[in-house]
Amino acid sequence: MIIEFGHFAVILALMVAVVQATLPLWGAQRADVRLMAIAGPAALIQLGLVAVAFAVLTWAFVASDFSLAVVVANSHTDKPLLYKISGVWGNHEGSLLLWVLILAVYGAAVALWGGNLPDRLRARVLAVQGMIGVAFLAFMLLTSNPFWRLAMPPLNGEDLNPLLQDPGLAFHPPFLYLGYVGLSMAFSFAIAALIEGRVDAAWGRWVRPWTLAAWIFLTIGIGLGSWWAYYELGWGGFWFWDPVENASLTPWLLAIALLHSAIVVEKRESLKAWTILLAILAFGFSLIGTFIVRSGVITSVHAFANDPERGVFILMILAVFTGGALLLFAARAGVMEAKGVFGVVSRESALIANNILLAVSAFVVFIGTIWPLVAELLLDRSVSVGEPFFNAAFTPFVVGLALILPPGAMLAWKRGTLSRGLVSLLPALGLSLALAALAYAMQTGRTALGPIGLGLGAWVLFGALTDLWSRTGREGGAARLARLGRLPRADWGKAVAHGGLGVTIFAVSAMLAWKIEDIRVVEIGETFPLGAYEVRLDDVREVEGPNYLSTMGEMTVFQNGGVVTTLTPEKRVYPVAAMPTTEAAIAYGFWRDLYIVLGDRQQSGGWAVRSYVEPFANWLWAGCLLMALGGAISLSDRRFRVAVGARKVPAGVPAE
Amino acid sequence: MTIATQRRPGCWANRPAYALCLLLAGPVHAVQPDEILPDPALEARARAISGDIRCPVCQGESIDDSNAPISRDLRLIIRERLLAGDSDREVIDYIVARYGEFVLYNPRAEGSNLILWLAGPALFLAAVAVAVAAQRGRKVPEAPLSEAEEARLRDILKE
Repeated sequence: MIIEFGHFAVILALMVAVVQATLPLWGAQRADVRLMAIAGPAALIQLGLVAVAFAVLTWAFVASDFSLAVVVANSHTDKPLLYKISGVWGNHEGSLLLWVLILAVYGAAVALWGGNLPDRLRARVLAVQGMIGVAFLAFMLLTSNPFWRLAMPPLNGEDLNPLLQDPGLAFHPPFLYLGYVGLSMAFSFAIAALIEGRVDAAWGRWVRPWTLAAWIFLTIGIGLGSWWAYYELGWGGFWFWDPVENASLTPWLLAIALLHSAIVVEKRESLKAWTILLAILAFGFSLIGTFIVRSGVITSVHAFANDPERGVFILMILAVFTGGALLLFAARAGVMEAKGVFGVVSRESALIANNILLAVSAFVVFIGTIWPLVAELLLDRSVSVGEPFFNAAFTPFVVGLALILPPGAMLAWKRGTLSRGLVSLLPALGLSLALAALAYAMQTGRTALGPIGLGLGAWVLFGALTDLWSRTGREGGAARLARLGRLPRADWGKAVAHGGLGVTIFAVSAMLAWKIEDIRVVEIGETFPLGAYEVRLDDVREVEGPNYLSTMGEMTVFQNGGVVTTLTPEKRVYPVAAMPTTEAAIAYGFWRDLYIVLGDRQQSGGWAVRSYVEPFANWLWAGCLLMALGGAISLSDRRFRVAVGARKVPAGVPAE
Repeated sequence: MTIATQRRPGCWANRPAYALCLLLAGPVHAVQPDEILPDPALEARARAISGDIRCPVCQGESIDDSNAPISRDLRLIIRERLLAGDSDREVIDYIVARYGEFVLYNPRAEGSNLILWLAGPALFLAAVAVAVAAQRGRKVPEAPLSEAEEARLRDILKE
């Protein structure tokens, strides 16, 4: 009965979404206040209904209701509670419900806090959100219904994929969806502006916090996924350039481009058409990502044939929304004319360069991802595209971006001089070059990747600090320090996010360049060297976990005769899913992680052991967190709070 | 990375596919200690090559990371060819001749693959050209006065 209640709520939500998608739009066209006023309550009711459905499905998982097909396929009574709950979105049907729930949350947020928006814009934004809701609710009900009952319920479930029974992965999808779906806000604002035929500074200011929020979530989601891959998959890799990862990277890159071009719209009323196009593309690529992940079309053309119904449906959603939006764009883009003029050397130009590099790098990731499909379908050529391609084709644009970031971020609006910014950046430049040279001198017989990455990361980080310091004026040190604390939060957010990018660039190249690997057979009691450490395999034992059996190695790590740590790498078997996994043992550290994986028992009697020293691994996650934190600080800036809280936006806003 | 049901292998993500490989192959690990060549230089070359060769039966894994038996065979073949004195290119050609170019993670910049390789740079150049053209067509704000002009301005004001 409860299940049918949830099912019914989804059907009702679809009906409400149809109303939300049509009447307010009609009202905005006819200037009918009553019709426009339907949008807000409709969005709130939709949230209520979808939340009920989600709660029902969660209850079904927690109570192990095996009359539901999706619970049988993804749960088991012995599973820990956390993974029963994360099992709700650990499958196609449930994750779609989460997707729709988040969409409804964003819609309701506009209904509740969008009071400062002009009535027509708000009605149109909510109507477009309603259309997206209609599409995905219909998709769920017609092809992927989570409330599908089984006529003959089994006694127990088939368990969630053990690889997914992990705290990092439990929270990875919700964050990712908050990001993907958040970009629908930018999309809705773009469509509403196109219908209205008007884009101005105020529009730029309204669309930016939503994009920023979506980007923050996307950053955390991607970071969590990368961290999970690092510790769970058992060889210390953190990014594999697989289609599903790339599907999240493209919207992330485009969201960054959008954030920056929206600044130009807000400050200078230029780049309007381009910003609208970016908003459409960013969400369009989120949808493409959904398509790639859901249909399995990229990993294997045959997987698509297994489930053609879903793939075709998403393809239709994609075609209608991006195609329709691009048509609308083509018809209306001419109306938006740029007001602000600017010189070649100016912040505007630097941001255009930023946008070109980001958009092209997103395009490279995209074409590398779909090329195997294109080649197979159109050219009858079966090819793969992997890490070597992306390293060669993607990295140059990121390097270019990092090079221009510090001077570009310090240029004046409208018309700047390159020399002034460059002079204040001289210390940062010198320091970065010195660090790169030092790293080059210290390493032996390795590539230039490490030193270049260190120099580049330091350049971006110190550049961000220089930028922040330069905002404190020209007086003595004490006065400037005092002013540092009073700078607008947007300034701090900018510096922290840019600094985070620098840290990330450094950590990625350090991990790629300076990783130490050791693979060998070890007897119990034997000691072997690993970089500056010595590792001893003390014992291997059988241990029983809540829903798995484990073979656990006990190892002690020494340095200069002293014990550094003890590690217990495991090999687990989950009997229900009949699936083995490896649990690497990791000693996290500030400068390096020690990463040990237990392999098989050898016929000779010893154990295969793979050990790694992963330099600066924690800096990578810290860099991601810094970027997200910078976004959050910027989001908390007074300007946005004022824009959200009051009907009237004050003039004379401080610099971003 | 994403959600997956293990009932429909290969349906959404590579991760479950990884798990599937594990399932088929049993819990062995990628590169085994007994495979490693005594000569570190040759072994380094073997690792570099096998990192760029895709496991033919798994999805989205190199033979260096994969646990499938065929990946182990391929790793051993690479080492055999290297010991026989082949160059890196010859080893790769040897594998491509048997398994097709599908196994190459680094698609060769030949024939239609040129579209893939040149798409990014071409778009970049086009974007720069458009940006420059737009800048030229745009009114540029007036430049501040040069020193000579400022001197003249002072003269005029004095008069």
